[in-house]
Amino acid sequence: MTALAADMLSRNFGGVHALTDVSLAVEPGERRLIIGPNGAGKTTLFNMLSGLMPVSSGTVRLFGRDITQVPAYERARMGLARTFQITNLFPRLTVLENVLLALLSTDESAFALHCRMAANHALVEKAEALLAKWNLTPITSRTAKEISYGEQRQVDLILAMAVEPKVLLLDEPTAGLSAAEVVRVVGMIRSLPKDMTILVIEHDMDVAFDLADRITVLNQGRLLVEGDVETVRNDPRVTEIYLGADDEPC
Amino acid sequence: MFWVIQALNGISFGMLLFMLAAGLSLIYGLMKILNLTHGSFYLLGGYVGLTVVHTTGSFVLAVLAGSCAVALIGIVMERFLLRRFHLQELPQVLITFGLLFIFSDLAILIWGGNPQTMPKPAWFATSVQLDGFVYPSYRLFIIGFGFVIAALLWWLQEGTRVGAMLRAGVDDEEIARALGINVSLLFTLVFALGAFLAALGGVMGGPMVGIYPGADFEVMLLGFVVVIIGGLGSLKGALVGALTVGLLDNFGKVFFPELALFTIFAPMALILAVRPTGLFGRE
Amino acid sequence: MSATRNLNSRSLAAVVLLGAVVLLLLPHLLPPYYLGLAVQMLVFALFAMSLDLLIGYGGMASLGHAAYFGVAAYATGLTALRLHWDVWLALPAGLLAAALTAVLFGLLALRTRGSYFLMITLALSQVLWGVAFGWRSLTGGDDGLPEVPRPDLGLPNLGLGPLTDSIPFYYFVLFFVTLGALLLVRIVNSPFGHALRGIRESETRMLALGFNVWRYKLTAFVLAGTFAGLAGCLYVYFNRFVSPDYIHVTRSAEVLLMVILGGAGTLIGPAIGAALIVLLQNVVSGYTERWLIVIGTIYILVALFAPDGLIGVIRRLRRRTP
Repeated sequence: MTALAADMLSRNFGGVHALTDVSLAVEPGERRLIIGPNGAGKTTLFNMLSGLMPVSSGTVRLFGRDITQVPAYERARMGLARTFQITNLFPRLTVLENVLLALLSTDESAFALHCRMAANHALVEKAEALLAKWNLTPITSRTAKEISYGEQRQVDLILAMAVEPKVLLLDEPTAGLSAAEVVRVVGMIRSLPKDMTILVIEHDMDVAFDLADRITVLNQGRLLVEGDVETVRNDPRVTEIYLGADDEPC
Repeated sequence: MFWVIQALNGISFGMLLFMLAAGLSLIYGLMKILNLTHGSFYLLGGYVGLTVVHTTGSFVLAVLAGSCAVALIGIVMERFLLRRFHLQELPQVLITFGLLFIFSDLAILIWGGNPQTMPKPAWFATSVQLDGFVYPSYRLFIIGFGFVIAALLWWLQEGTRVGAMLRAGVDDEEIARALGINVSLLFTLVFALGAFLAALGGVMGGPMVGIYPGADFEVMLLGFVVVIIGGLGSLKGALVGALTVGLLDNFGKVFFPELALFTIFAPMALILAVRPTGLFGRE
Repeated sequence: MSATRNLNSRSLAAVVLLGAVVLLLLPHLLPPYYLGLAVQMLVFALFAMSLDLLIGYGGMASLGHAAYFGVAAYATGLTALRLHWDVWLALPAGLLAAALTAVLFGLLALRTRGSYFLMITLALSQVLWGVAFGWRSLTGGDDGLPEVPRPDLGLPNLGLGPLTDSIPFYYFVLFFVTLGALLLVRIVNSPFGHALRGIRESETRMLALGFNVWRYKLTAFVLAGTFAGLAGCLYVYFNRFVSPDYIHVTRSAEVLLMVILGGAGTLIGPAIGAALIVLLQNVVSGYTERWLIVIGTIYILVALFAPDGLIGVIRRLRRRTP
């Protein structure tokens, strides 16, 4: 069965059609890239898949189960994780506390009132190990709003990876990063387990074509074309929406 | 007969609440400020109007003076105290609440602690003979006046450029400035308009319900119930909510004098349970 | 870095120890009138700390916190006065009343946030004030309920009988306020407390991580309300009197100021803020009746110059002097 499927997904509000009849089916372990110009509806799609935005019509299925009406936090518990286009960390908490919260979400003590969080050594060690794995130990005690933008994007990614999801949605993970930071982040994505299903929204075409098994192209809220890397790269409609009809394709 | 009189009482009081709530909604809709000083605007408008009527004898002058004086206070308040806390909720609460307390006490200092009434204007001082009963013409005037204000505000919102800006909600300041909108001026004007409307309610209400210490808190609470029921940021919501609360408040006082506020609580709780953003509220 | 950390925790421990000693010895250092003032400071410190759980840690600014304070006071006052319940029943009755009110108000208000939430909490608690004011037959209306008896611990042989003297009553209050404060500290440092802070920082991220945010918020709301209720029970026993003033928005605004003046999100800050405001009110009332103008001005000054409170000011000063 497919890992994540959307069927005729639409979203309108106040007369604005953000997304119209978008369908896709992602197989387990697949690396699916979502591309398209600004305003194509990519983040809206992610918002509806992850449950942070209600659908106007259509359905979403996770491993065959209809989750269209399931609230966001429950989808996360079912194994769906995401990152955000605009960095969404816990600004005044330290990097360690940020990661601890991500790990806490799957811990049985998440609602405990009576014990001290600091006493949960297993959790703290796991968080520190995760940060050490990605060479981020130096920033462990700094608050999330103090660290650099590149470090924030990495922490954002770590939060989503920490819950060991089955399906991961990455919203523009390389946006605004330097060339070296892009390499790091792409490395982090490549290191993810092969059985994890990953959807990535990307603006960087090199990264997109490099990572993808299949690509979905959105334009103005609709599905334009979907296929493997070669099909999409050679489709004239794709270059057209990025460059404009009058320009010569690259 | 009894029902008609009580209904008219409720609607006329509702019109005062409408003027207050419309101002509150306007300010919130554009600037996202919950103006806790709004009740003070009502109170001060009433007191200033009272003083002017006592010194000049002119009701019209009292209405103008009260509303304009408070509008001026609003301009100063927005320009010097609130502007720097754009979108910062907690400092806004502290400032608007602090001013509420200060104005409340100042009013007692200046005008004394006793309840007072304003004399009615000459043309509406008497009662009229309606279909089998007598009713104060002033209250009927208030009802008519309220509808006129509603119509004017509706025209402002739907038919003018300023209204278009208000409806759009100037969320992105850069785009707004690029479109030639002077955002700071707009904010100050709208805040002044909101204050003006609240004070208008206070002066017009003077001959009807009187002016007294504590009216600011009372009217602020009722104003909040109005926008909770009708929806913050909606003119239609302010009118529907205001008339609803006016009627509920009046009938509540008539039938359950000990628990009058409770009759308002039930519909408010119902709205919160079913549609938390109010009947016509956005999002 | 760790050297200064140790210094901080050692100096903090020293301060706490000193504070504990002072509080224990206070009745032997102060005359009864000032001891009564100390009781007030303790009660409002607990009240402010309870609101800090909601505002400082949960990010939910409420203008209706006095509702639970007042409801508990009325419940304890009424059961003690009319039903002659002793403190071991009347106090829990107050706590229960506060908790139930918090559940009701929480269910109604917590589907909104920001300014809507603020407004709704204000409206709900003011309506409750109206009920207390209007229902004369039950609450005595504006006149309130006088002559509420002091708690009788029922062990006169051990010197723990009726607490009519100020010294034993002071220790009674100190016990409960300390208990409340310790519980709040434990809650704030628990996984629940950390999750609450996460919700304050970013609700959407917490949802995306799988936390049932609404359940956390409601729990925090009810906990905060219950601790506020404890403060209310203590206050009605102290005053031997309760009136609608306990529930009025002015009271809610006062405790909000205490939290912000002290420094939200620190627990100790609001406790200090509470002590300061109680002290100030006492001093100012000696000179003028215009307390509202004074507190209103303090509101504005805090907003303009110290929005992160005294603790924030102290932190800023410490960073400048290495």
